[in-house]
Amino acid sequence: MALKFPIFMDAQSTTPCDPRVVEAMLPYFTEKFGHPASRNHPFGWEAEGAVDAARAKVARLIGARDPKEVVFTSGGTEAINLALKGVAEMYREKGNHIVTTAIEQRAGLDTCKRLERQGLAVTYVPVQPNGLVDVDEVRKAITDKTILISVMFANNEIGTIQDIAAIGKLAKEKGIIFHTDATQAVGKIPVDAEAMGIDLLSCTAHLIYGPKGVGALYVRRKGPRVRLAPMIDGGGHERGMRSGTLPVPLVVGFGRAAAICEEVMPEERARLAKLRDRLQDAILGSVDEAFLNGDPERRLPQNLNISFAYVEGESVLMGLNKETALSSGSACTSATLEPSYVIAALGASSELAHSSIRFSLHRFNTEEEVEWVARRTIEVVKRLRDMSPLYELAKEGVDIKSIQWKAE
Amino acid sequence: MAYSEKVVDHYNNPRNVGSFAKDAPGVGTGLVGAPECGDVMKLQIKVNLQTGVIEDAKFKTFGCGSAIASSSLATEWLKGKTVDEAGKIKNTDIVNELKLPPVKIHCSVLAEDAIKAALADYKTKWIKEGAAAASST
Repeated sequence: MALKFPIFMDAQSTTPCDPRVVEAMLPYFTEKFGHPASRNHPFGWEAEGAVDAARAKVARLIGARDPKEVVFTSGGTEAINLALKGVAEMYREKGNHIVTTAIEQRAGLDTCKRLERQGLAVTYVPVQPNGLVDVDEVRKAITDKTILISVMFANNEIGTIQDIAAIGKLAKEKGIIFHTDATQAVGKIPVDAEAMGIDLLSCTAHLIYGPKGVGALYVRRKGPRVRLAPMIDGGGHERGMRSGTLPVPLVVGFGRAAAICEEVMPEERARLAKLRDRLQDAILGSVDEAFLNGDPERRLPQNLNISFAYVEGESVLMGLNKETALSSGSACTSATLEPSYVIAALGASSELAHSSIRFSLHRFNTEEEVEWVARRTIEVVKRLRDMSPLYELAKEGVDIKSIQWKAE
Repeated sequence: MAYSEKVVDHYNNPRNVGSFAKDAPGVGTGLVGAPECGDVMKLQIKVNLQTGVIEDAKFKTFGCGSAIASSSLATEWLKGKTVDEAGKIKNTDIVNELKLPPVKIHCSVLAEDAIKAALADYKTKWIKEGAAAASST
């Protein structure tokens, strides 16, 4: 099959909608346009029925016991904000301390920073060099003022999967609410809120082949019943936790996307892991001083993150970006002009953070695409190394760290 | 971010990539930047010790596309200039030529630093020996 360009391998930033998802959504833009909170006519009933069905599908995918535990939001960022701020406000008489990790996505970290400015205390637990959080470190960070533990399920850059069940168990033992940002994990690997002791769970549709603009926060109703202060006031939709007219077509799409993920997960997981391993073997087999970031075993099947020493990430992307969409932890590719704090948290040098490239595969990638991307990446990295003064120094046997660099 | 055509051209067809032996006659080397900042440039000039004219220039850069383009352009501009003229190249000239956006201005600053460092190294090493030395001070 002929390759079609550009090839998309940036599926941890977003995914294309599955055509079946779009098909399910379409009628809800036109003939089935009712407001799900209109209780007294068929248009409302139809919309409510569609929302309920979608809610049940999302609930199944994340292991919620009761569909009512699913609160729809505008996406993962809003879900995370609602979880953290909602708990901080609702339980402020109980305590003022949050335990989280250094590698949460920005929605988590920046919300914590804001809460700190408002007087809460936050402990950012570090990660080990493989990207895994030591559950004992979480335990040690807990104080008698801790009201929330928030640890991401799987990391967006390095794909590392945390021991969520162990943290859930710890949270239960201590009687502390446990939130997990599962935006990258849901739909990709088994997630079971009930069995894993999760009290709050954030997820989003656009990373599971659904539409952008809708996500969900799972809010446990029993054992314990978690309460949240809402951030948006209004008509009291979503059990009062998130007012606002539900975007019915998006919610329907989210439901359809969740159902497809549940159905195909065992096969898709295995297929993507195989493709990813192929990509990894091809690249690591032909490029020296290329380092895998994150745990080699406990990671998402579609994720591959490699630091190519002596070449800068943006320049690698520039060599490929006409044909392949990837992403990098380089400062030049971030809005903040800082290199990846996730790679830095692994204890790697900043240089290796600048040199990191993330490949993230999706449902529609093919073997041919993987082979092509591997080959081109190798070519581009080799070309850039031929023009890298650091590679030259390293080959001459100079220890780059021994040079007195003048940082700007 | 979209790159200007000139940046893309220099990235795809970098001019004068390579190295001279550091102690070859008339060679001055500048190594600037820092790996942890994500850019390092090595820029070298080879000056005719009789005439004081830069006869050749080479670079190697670790950095983003704009850093590569800035240093590639610098080597192009250096060739044929006298040491004095070379000292007058400003980072703003590079910004204008490559149409660098504000976030990439530091790449041009680094290229200017690299030129200055190479010129200084040349002067330290060769200024006493060349007949043209007098004209370059």
